[in-house]
Amino acid sequence: MKKYAKIGLYLLVLAAAIALPLLLNMSRKGKNHISILTLGMVWAIAALSLNLILGYTGQASLAHGAFMGIGAYCFAILFERVGINFWLAVPITCLVTALIGFLVGLPSLRTKGPYFAIFTLCFNVIVLVVFFNWTWLSGGVQGQAITLPSYLSQRWVRYYVVLFFLILVMLIERQIVKSLAGPSLIAVRSNENLAEAVGIRTFREKLIAFTASCFLVGLAGVFFAMEQQHLSPEATSYLASFYILIYLLIGGVATLGGPVVGAVGLYWLLSRFEKSLGDFRYLIFGLILIFVIIYFPMGVVGGIKKLWEWAKERWGGKEVPSDTLAYRGPDEEVRGVSSD
Amino acid sequence: MSFFLSQVIIGIQLGSQYVMVALGLTLIFGILDISHFAHGHLYMVGAYLLYVVMVLGGINYWLALIICMAALAVAGVAVERVVYRPLRGKPGINSFIAAIGLILVLESLVGGIQPNTLSVPQPIDSTVHFLGTTMEVQRLIVIFGAIFFIVLLQLFIKRTRLGTAIEAMSQDREGASMVGINVNRMSALTFALATALAAAAAVMMAPLAFLSPGMGSTLILKAFVIVVIGGLGSMKGAIFGGYILGILEALAIAYVSSAYKDVFAFGILIVILAIRPTGLFKGREAT
Repeated sequence: MKKYAKIGLYLLVLAAAIALPLLLNMSRKGKNHISILTLGMVWAIAALSLNLILGYTGQASLAHGAFMGIGAYCFAILFERVGINFWLAVPITCLVTALIGFLVGLPSLRTKGPYFAIFTLCFNVIVLVVFFNWTWLSGGVQGQAITLPSYLSQRWVRYYVVLFFLILVMLIERQIVKSLAGPSLIAVRSNENLAEAVGIRTFREKLIAFTASCFLVGLAGVFFAMEQQHLSPEATSYLASFYILIYLLIGGVATLGGPVVGAVGLYWLLSRFEKSLGDFRYLIFGLILIFVIIYFPMGVVGGIKKLWEWAKERWGGKEVPSDTLAYRGPDEEVRGVSSD
Repeated sequence: MSFFLSQVIIGIQLGSQYVMVALGLTLIFGILDISHFAHGHLYMVGAYLLYVVMVLGGINYWLALIICMAALAVAGVAVERVVYRPLRGKPGINSFIAAIGLILVLESLVGGIQPNTLSVPQPIDSTVHFLGTTMEVQRLIVIFGAIFFIVLLQLFIKRTRLGTAIEAMSQDREGASMVGINVNRMSALTFALATALAAAAAVMMAPLAFLSPGMGSTLILKAFVIVVIGGLGSMKGAIFGGYILGILEALAIAYVSSAYKDVFAFGILIVILAIRPTGLFKGREAT
């Protein structure tokens, strides 16, 4: 029953996501909203990629902004300067980002927790400085423009392209988490020493997760470049790393819907209040982040899940999820005996 | 030769602020296991407070120094109480993330009120000549002021009961609470000390630099580099590491490239962590 409800909910959201541009495309203002939603979905792909490393191994990478920028620039250079076909440049970009991620992961994943966060953050700062100063690579202050193929010039086309890839990324991530790698990844997250003791090769698992994560964030970079059509060195800023982290945490880490809800929702809210609040909106952003990490470390989606299960247990009667049923066993036995 | 000497003096002056910020960071990390990433942004708040008190309020520089240190000590206690205490006992990454939230709050608050960069006049606007080099008096104030505060902190930790309690806690937290040291009070005291120290560094450095909301972010990263090099919780390590990084950085700017100066500092950290994942000196495990 619960499973069907979940599938139904996903289909409903999907239908809404498909129908939305048709409604928005009618007005001029609505067209801007399509662009905002597209970028929101790009950030969602980035948040999903970070989810793979933070949610399932417990290591917070603060280099994902750099990897996203590297992906965006790599794509722009391949497509714009080298002249490779658009759809051929996409996988090449992802592979390049994954390769760089692998090389960064090799030394950095030997560190843990705050050390890992600082290591990756330092890497991000270095990438930003290099992009700022190496004008041949980044186009310097003028930046790097991207001329899209004509069939991508419409906003709604790009929206559907990104939506398609977002769903693809979600399905891939679901498969990774479900497959054999998944449980051992989560074991690494909850207790790394124990996982190592029972024979899970934690370093190998983390390196695979990190490389896959960089592959996906490279994809986010491609679509970032596609939607912006112009890149400046700021694209590699560590602020982007912070934002990806915030989208993921507020949405709900280690869930599949959380990163998408967090990224699309928060990005939309941020651009909504850009005019009225200016820089102050990051103040609210920061306050929410502190509040969430203290009181709802599982984020919005995690919180709703918890509330849902609590409500079910409180009022649902028979319909308890199977994992809590096992816990209730002895209690029901006792009740059975007394009623007889 | 005099060029080299003046670069070394500039390096010592850079190192002075690094030491003062890194000392607070290492105290907090050593005693409470918190990666207090917003420390650099409290430094930034200290510098802006100096602007408010001295330039807008017209108060004497030295009095402003004391006001800023006191105010930031209170702010540090508040940060510990509101942000970090609820996260005690949680994975280390949670307080790191809370610190990022605090960074966003402080940076956008200051940037939203005053988006332009500011500058503070030097209290003693003159230069001194020394072995063929010329430099501002303010640089000497930074160098000697830092030495003064570092010695003061050492005396406090080594010679007073409260200070010994802090050191005891950094060595063994459970043991310290067993002999009756109040962990909450010591946490608050540590944050007050560390933040006041950062404020002192900010007030001394402010006349030599432009104030901007983001001025704390590279500083805190460098302080982390120093703390990792010097060993988490090691005050000696922070002092040596800070001065060495400052001098190396000044020489790198003078002789190699100023555009890539940050790459240099952060490259060192990456290399060290790649070789020794838990830092150079003390092999403390991070959670």
